[in-house]
Amino acid sequence: MKKEMIAMLLAGGQGSRLGVLTADMAKPAVQFGGKYRIIDFPLSNCINSGIDTVGVLTQYQPLRLNTHIGIGIPWDLDRNYGGVSVLPPYEKGENSEWYTGTANAIYQNLRFIEEYDPEYVLILSGDHIYKMDYEVMLDFHKSHNADITIATMPVPWEEASRFGLVVADEDGRITEFEEKPANPKSNLASMGIYIFNWKTLKQSLLDKSEQPNCDFGKHVIPYCHEQGKGVYSWQFTGYWKDVGTLGSYWEANMELVDLVPEFNLYEEYWKIYTQYDNIEPQYIADSTKIERSIIGEGAEIYGEVINSVLGAGVSIGKGTVVRDSIIMQNTKIGENCTIDKSIVAEKCSIGDNVMFGVGESKESKLNASVYAFDLVTVAEGSVIPSGVRVGKNTAIKGVTCEADYPDHMLDGGEFILKEGQA
Amino acid sequence: MKAVGIILAGGNNSRMESLSNKRAIAAMPVCGSYRCVDFALSNMTNSGIKTVAVLSQYNARSLNEHLSSSKWWDFGRKQGGLYVFTPTVTATNSWWYRGTADAIWQNLDFLKKRHEPYVVIASGDCVYKLDYDKVLDYHIEKKADITVVCKEMPAGTDVSRFGVVRMNEESRITEFEEKPMVAHSNTVSCGIYVIRRRQLIEMLEKCAEENRWNFVNDIILRYKNLKRIYAYKTDGYWSNISTVDSYYDTNMDFLKPDVRKYFFKDEPRIYSKQEDLPPAKYNAGSSVSNSLISAGCIVNGKVENSLLFKNVYVGNNCVIKNSIILNEVYIGDNTHIENCIVESRDTLKANMYYSGDDGIKIIAEHNKRYNI
Repeated sequence: MKKEMIAMLLAGGQGSRLGVLTADMAKPAVQFGGKYRIIDFPLSNCINSGIDTVGVLTQYQPLRLNTHIGIGIPWDLDRNYGGVSVLPPYEKGENSEWYTGTANAIYQNLRFIEEYDPEYVLILSGDHIYKMDYEVMLDFHKSHNADITIATMPVPWEEASRFGLVVADEDGRITEFEEKPANPKSNLASMGIYIFNWKTLKQSLLDKSEQPNCDFGKHVIPYCHEQGKGVYSWQFTGYWKDVGTLGSYWEANMELVDLVPEFNLYEEYWKIYTQYDNIEPQYIADSTKIERSIIGEGAEIYGEVINSVLGAGVSIGKGTVVRDSIIMQNTKIGENCTIDKSIVAEKCSIGDNVMFGVGESKESKLNASVYAFDLVTVAEGSVIPSGVRVGKNTAIKGVTCEADYPDHMLDGGEFILKEGQA
Repeated sequence: MKAVGIILAGGNNSRMESLSNKRAIAAMPVCGSYRCVDFALSNMTNSGIKTVAVLSQYNARSLNEHLSSSKWWDFGRKQGGLYVFTPTVTATNSWWYRGTADAIWQNLDFLKKRHEPYVVIASGDCVYKLDYDKVLDYHIEKKADITVVCKEMPAGTDVSRFGVVRMNEESRITEFEEKPMVAHSNTVSCGIYVIRRRQLIEMLEKCAEENRWNFVNDIILRYKNLKRIYAYKTDGYWSNISTVDSYYDTNMDFLKPDVRKYFFKDEPRIYSKQEDLPPAKYNAGSSVSNSLISAGCIVNGKVENSLLFKNVYVGNNCVIKNSIILNEVYIGDNTHIENCIVESRDTLKANMYYSGDDGIKIIAEHNKRYNI
């Protein structure tokens, strides 16, 4: 049976700029907004746009992603025909290789697409926060008789030189591509979301099959453009956020607590679905101050929470103050702690009288470009002993003990990477 | 599994006052994000029961909606499943369910077709955790014909709304009084029974011949000297939702840490329909103490010793004290609510004052949410 359009979701990337958060899981599996994981946004967009067949391409640390997606029940993607399929790299008679680039990953799964013989293929990436109706984009694609449609977004001119840009005529047809140009001619940035005519996609992937690290933005789309295919730009104006760095990830979470956030999870239509187990209400104890925060199901809050995003099942002890922080699912924080501007991943255990985010800002000794933004970043399952203080731009991973903190202090810019999980 | 499950969810109770206008008690929202029937259903699935029939009659729309998918309790299986039976007209009968025994008798074909040797019967209006497998083991060990799960209520409890039992030293039930004015014991029946399937079919057919339709009066009471009826004592939390006060108290019990730990954190879990609501949101100016807040809530005002069910909106400068706000209620700015239960999907205007001064007040305003 034929499907009109199927989606291929690229979820294999590590997301190394998220530091220790992606040490044991791919970026699309990282939690976001108190109960979701990043991949929930494109998956929910698919089903809300009427796309019921999605191939999810995985490669880096896929365990959490696999268990999260399962057979797709939370997104109604458990179908008799179609639904969600997880597509890891596989061994072949000859030329067995990993996915070496975005287009190469699709090339290695041409047979999957052929099964459904679609008219159109939607290419998505699993690391953006947005709500988009792909059906509107498809309507544009059809009405312009396009071969390829690229979703684009206007960015501020002064930042334009950081993006892959497209130059389009008034009809939306793209005349030129610019990759991070010094003097941009346009401010329309590509969002990494493409609709291809299946025939065009197949032919171009076969033509470019010898290209090393074959990538859509760098190789396939410019190639199609050279061949004279109609490549169009469809302009998207809603909220869209690339949460590729710790700073943008933290910022996007913090934006959710605004009075009426630009990205609103409380709208009745266009729900975001996710796989979750905690359904019980959260408990807020006596005389606690909770302001400008969102808190997931089953949390037990005995302390103060200000301007923060707390996941499901988080517990915050008495006398503890959490400010400007992201605390993910099932993390336990003891009593009388002060947690400032921190990202604490899932299932961590933090003792009593711990202080995060103290002292001056210092450059990270682990990786200055990743651990910036004055954040304290704690990896999944870490253990932090009681009574320690942790400076800014720090990273902690593993079961740490008092001996790891000279004078009970992890200075700004320092890091502890150890084995084990709580 | 050795047993098939039956959940009696037909009932209404006038002592629930206007709360039961909208739905059967089994479909009553409880403890923030559950419905009463979730407890019996979760106990069944956690005890390894694969096939469950829910018998409903009174205002079943809300219940049917809740049970529209069986996957939340893991019942949608090739072996087993979740069945909802409401009274239907057949070639031979066009009765409503005339009693609990009749409800099962009218669906006797379901029981006859099963192969499991035992039946667990539970009511859909109680909040508790119980491993029915343990009751079944006890039932077999005692060579009982019927086992009734019982709980000893604290001394001084008014047990006049329960079935009260007295037993001998080896736990065989010697006396059973239904809703007695003066009780001779404070051990009450939890409305949970284990019985051999063929035995149950035989008893129900005999009852039907004699036009008897009530499980307690016509089976337990009549057979208590003839059959070996045993009591299985449970000492865990058990609460029956049948009056406004018991509903209020049961909900408020969940503000206690030990009750929350028992139901929310300890295995096995209680399951319910998942609605994919966003996390609860607290805006500037909100203040919350000793309260349970469910997913999808947006809080701007003050909430104290209260339960907010799913998707509740609390306006600026509101004060909510000792109250239960059911699902999807909108509360306008500056409104004061004290000692109240606010009916689900209600819209309360700004600047209102509600207070239950002599007992719990039920609020159902039926205002339009959107004035165009």
